[in-house]
Amino acid sequence: MGAATLGALVLLTFFVIRLAPGGPFSGNRRISPEIIANIERAYHLDEPIVMQFARYVWGLVRLDFGPSTRFRDYDVGDILAAGLPYSMVIGFWAMLLATIVGVALGIAGALRRNGFTDYAAGIVGVTGIAVPLFVLAPLMQVFFALRLDWFPVGGWNDGWRSVVLPVVALALPNIAYISRLTRTAMVETLRDNYIRTARAKGIGPARVVWHHAMTGALLPVIAYLGPATAATITGSILIETIFALPGIGRHFVDAALNRDYPLVMGITITYGGFLIVFNIVTDLIRGWLDPRVRDGG
Amino acid sequence: MAADIRDSAAEVPPDRPESTLRLQFRRFRQNRLAMAGVVVLALIVLACFLGPYAFPFTGQDADFDAIGQGIDLFSAHPFGTDDFGRDLLVRVLEGGQVSLTIGFVGALTAGVIGVLYGAVAGYAGGRTDAWMMRAVEVLYGFPYVILVILLSLLLGGGNLALFAAIVFTLWLTPAVIVRALAQSLSRREFVEAARAGGMTATQIVLTHIVPNTMPVVIVYGSLLVPEVILAESFLSFLGIGIKEPQASWGNLIQIGTSAMSTDLRLLMLPATLLALVLFCLNFIADGLRDAFDPNDR
Repeated sequence: MGAATLGALVLLTFFVIRLAPGGPFSGNRRISPEIIANIERAYHLDEPIVMQFARYVWGLVRLDFGPSTRFRDYDVGDILAAGLPYSMVIGFWAMLLATIVGVALGIAGALRRNGFTDYAAGIVGVTGIAVPLFVLAPLMQVFFALRLDWFPVGGWNDGWRSVVLPVVALALPNIAYISRLTRTAMVETLRDNYIRTARAKGIGPARVVWHHAMTGALLPVIAYLGPATAATITGSILIETIFALPGIGRHFVDAALNRDYPLVMGITITYGGFLIVFNIVTDLIRGWLDPRVRDGG
Repeated sequence: MAADIRDSAAEVPPDRPESTLRLQFRRFRQNRLAMAGVVVLALIVLACFLGPYAFPFTGQDADFDAIGQGIDLFSAHPFGTDDFGRDLLVRVLEGGQVSLTIGFVGALTAGVIGVLYGAVAGYAGGRTDAWMMRAVEVLYGFPYVILVILLSLLLGGGNLALFAAIVFTLWLTPAVIVRALAQSLSRREFVEAARAGGMTATQIVLTHIVPNTMPVVIVYGSLLVPEVILAESFLSFLGIGIKEPQASWGNLIQIGTSAMSTDLRLLMLPATLLALVLFCLNFIADGLRDAFDPNDR
């Protein structure tokens, strides 16, 4: 299932990017046609497109993404391997922070509906959704880096301090979504019959929330976390651009604009692969958590 | 006999239950936050589309006597000018025209495409449905930015290509939602009756399936508007959306962030308006959701 989707993705990207006008070597500099022909021959761009595709797929089978047409002497595999660790570190901590804070806010809001925490969480939620990252992140740079000088403005040379701002910025919109999802799901679950049964049996309120309602409330959150984590870990384009991080996020835009065919393919495959893997993991966790699915009901 | 009928007609209970739509509308109007959203949004729309006429210059006219002027509410340029001497307020208002138009028209287009696609897939069922949803899944697998860039390259660049690309990436979620609804609707008795009565599949989809998905579509569609606006400004911020000298909130914010360490004014005006619009749209969406589905709260 996942493999078929990935295959279709490869096929589609391969042909669509070649349909787009311009090529990897049609820059502003005027180069004589012979040289271009030579370069294209070196990258096998002169072959019939079906041959190119066969060659590419054969490379993929051997886990070879081919050479980048933009960064000479670099393989796409190398570029991805160089950037991915940074994106994964940022993405991992951001999602961890977002899940913990988001779920906590959501539950607090659901337990004391229309109380102070609920309103505070609501404000955080709406702000996280309504104030775009590309406004929030620069403002954080101005206040926490330039004015207060707590953290560096960008880059990766300050140890943990250079990770804080990007992680928080990346986590905020996710906190907003997760807290809203948790709150809605928790409110709904607390109305369910099995919760009433548990209460009627005399189980204490804390245990009802943590042991009984938690499962139901977390299901939609986990469904959201799958694709969101895949997207975050494979690089947030904005965050990596704004904070000048060496992850793979910036390649998303550059590769497509430079018509770096192999790099676009590599990024699409990485992203699609992560997405599929995380969706499978999500489904497994949900199946394991949800008794209705677990017992084949 | 005739008198009987007249009598029973007169006996229609005076407190006839309100129509659902009326009730929903009334519930929406009682939601203060949502109504405030409507009012503020209307004011911003009016300001963006009428405001620029109040000034003797357009956002592309440079005033060489007032380059980089700061905020001075009682001068010709109340919020100052940018590095080229162009009036900031007028540029932000003109940018709002672009962003708002793309937002509303884009959400409408994406919504219509998604509803039709989802309704057809859900009603048809079986193999058609499986293939149609497979296609959606593949498109979901694409990294969003790469898809947008490829599409706008394919369509020859320009604002229309950008618009088409945004719509193309945003019709997927409505399609999935409507498909699930259509699937359960197609098993209902009234659809069965319509089929037995000899209606064609096209007629059933258009007159029975689509109208019945509307409440959910309206709620979701109202969230689509901020999404489109955000997508446009996100892409313009990255430099692949609306291009200078034409203003949009995205590229104005981008200019603002590059000057933010010295002058926050260029960032704050467009960012505040964008955030305000997104706030309003989210409040309106919340209000609609509460009005259509009171159990959710």
